[in-house]
Amino acid sequence: MAVAQAKLDATEARLAGLTMPEAAGWTKPAREEALARLLAVGLPGRRDEYWKYTRPDLLTAPEPKPAALFDHGEPPVFDEIERLKIVFVDGVFDAAASDPLEGEGLEIARLAEAQGADIHWAKDLYGQLEKDGQDPVERPLATLNTAFATDGVLIRATGKVKKPVSLMYLHRSETSDAVLHHVIRVEEDAELTVLENGPAAARFNKVMEVDVAENGSFHHIRAQGRDHERQAATHLFGRVAKEATFKSFTLTVNGVLTRNEIVLDIRGDDAVAHVAGACVGDGDFHCDTTVFITHDAVNCESRQVFKKVLRNGATGVFQGKILVKEGAQKTDGYQISQSLLLDDDAQFYAKPELEIYADDVACSHGSTSGAIDEEALFYLRSRGVPQADAQDLLVLAFLAEAIEEIESEEIADCILARLEGWLSRHRG
Amino acid sequence: MLEIKNLHVKLEEEDKQILKGVDLTVEAGKVHAIMGPNGSGKSTLSYVLSGRDGYEVTEGSATLEGEEILEMEPEERAAAGLFLAFQYPVEIPGVGNMTFLRTAVNAQRKARGEEELSAGDFLKVVREKAKSLKISPEMLKRPVNVGFSGGEKKRNEILQMAMLEPKMCILDETDSGLDVDAMKLVAEGVNALRDEGRAFLVITHYQRLLDHIKPDVVHIMADGRIVKTGGPELALEVEQNGYADILSEVA
Ligand SMILES: Nc1ncnc2c1ncn2[C@@H]1O[C@H](COP(=O)(O)OP(=O)(O)O)[C@@H](O)[C@H]1O
Ligand SMILES: [Mg+2]
Repeated sequence: MAVAQAKLDATEARLAGLTMPEAAGWTKPAREEALARLLAVGLPGRRDEYWKYTRPDLLTAPEPKPAALFDHGEPPVFDEIERLKIVFVDGVFDAAASDPLEGEGLEIARLAEAQGADIHWAKDLYGQLEKDGQDPVERPLATLNTAFATDGVLIRATGKVKKPVSLMYLHRSETSDAVLHHVIRVEEDAELTVLENGPAAARFNKVMEVDVAENGSFHHIRAQGRDHERQAATHLFGRVAKEATFKSFTLTVNGVLTRNEIVLDIRGDDAVAHVAGACVGDGDFHCDTTVFITHDAVNCESRQVFKKVLRNGATGVFQGKILVKEGAQKTDGYQISQSLLLDDDAQFYAKPELEIYADDVACSHGSTSGAIDEEALFYLRSRGVPQADAQDLLVLAFLAEAIEEIESEEIADCILARLEGWLSRHRG
Repeated sequence: MLEIKNLHVKLEEEDKQILKGVDLTVEAGKVHAIMGPNGSGKSTLSYVLSGRDGYEVTEGSATLEGEEILEMEPEERAAAGLFLAFQYPVEIPGVGNMTFLRTAVNAQRKARGEEELSAGDFLKVVREKAKSLKISPEMLKRPVNVGFSGGEKKRNEILQMAMLEPKMCILDETDSGLDVDAMKLVAEGVNALRDEGRAFLVITHYQRLLDHIKPDVVHIMADGRIVKTGGPELALEVEQNGYADILSEVA
């Protein structure tokens, strides 16, 4: 199908402001190939079916819309956790604020520096999982990222890594436009936890490609905050091998526009993949969670648990698909997306989909949208709990199923504390 | 303690008068019972007193220790010492029973300007009171009333009452759906709380409960009014003859 000229013009306009790194080294072929793919399809447009509920304009415009900085006065979300910090300020690596890029069972390199080196494991992955994830639905913002990423980290876990690797994205310039690309490989029997937090930039385009080898285990917890005006498009591509575990949780608070795409390819038998998210939005807030999980192996389990609390015109979107390929027998697929609308102005759009080509599978999905339970609210108040506290308690209860997906209690507590802080600032 | 005068209540949503002039005074230290046919307005009375939405007071007043309560928020009434054991306790998925209890106790203490209970002290008290009501530690951990049997829900109401130590306790059909043993537990829980400074309003259909919680005064409610008031013997009369005789007598 021919791509509309207007779309190609818009793509050209966006690309005019981007340059491929000069010393792209071994990433060069992948970048050039990505650019060719991008030019063939163009950036997302308003008419695209996959962008029906989210306007891509802010994400594809030649320049980012300036985003004011916001300080809620709370310490950074994972400060209590002992971790290996890697800091990016407006998408630029900050060596002074970061820990040395080393740890037991870990190999870490910056993408910007590694391109000259021969990092064989990453060569096969950079842009590859992104490319695999383009079928059957195109994700051009991720392709743009592969072509033009300025930096990122390459992380290889070869053993059971104790300290989480923590990617912190700080936002200091109101007009920053960051494009980061991370590649992660969890080797056989290895374990790795990756944390991400921060508003990152005025506009942020991020790709994370994660390859989990046999019996490997990958945990990912991210907290997307906090600046109200920031815009972000993120893609998480995962490939999950035999008996491997892949778990990802996302907290989204504030932000005029967030589009989080998660694309998982379950390739090996007996693997487990869980993705979950909690989001709270007040006012000019739009959070789109788009998930595509492909089951291509026997006896695998996937779970999607996404909960959104919206008020005052905030909008939530969930597009979630489970594709069970022929032969992927004994698949156990679960998907739930729910929104709690705290007033009549909040909106939630959900498009849950199942596509199944195997006969011996158990898949279920459900999507609901509802108001606060008035009976429960009265019950709590009749016991002396003030209205605002009672409502917060019910909001947290609503989000609980998603937060329970975080295995580490310590990390879950960080997320809860952040949520409680947000709720206390957004009452009435 | 509780003084209700000429209370008229209609539904907010439709033009339906439910309470048509209720007069009732419950003195401190006393147990009053209300009996009456289904639909006579007993639950409505308890909801209006505790501040539930959906009702409109068109006339009359209700005071707790001299203070008008009908204009207060539900949580203010609770902090003032009013407690309703619900006829149908509400399930709250995602909120642990223990969290719920601690939040409630501390919210009321805070509203009264008292210090919050420490986690340790709180735990000790809850465990002890739960034990006497045969509420297992596992039930305390579960979400509020979720998956509880009818009897467990009612015992959980009494546990809340025991923890909150209200001055005015209203029990709406706390006995319905209970077997004899569970009813005894509930009655023991209530009797343990009987005190000179505390009053009870026990709504029930059956003499059964009143064998265990001895009332000082019994009222009969019909069609939105208290139509007869007497001593404990009134409950026995209802038990033997039903409401028909009493209702025809007052009609
Ligand atoms: N929210 C409501 N909507 C409609 N009818 C109601 C509502 N609440 C109470 N009623 C009606 O009011 C009357 C009294 O009900 P209720 O107070 O529950 O009686 P009781 O507890 O004595 O059985 C009944 O006719 C009942 O149907
Ligand atoms: Mg009733």
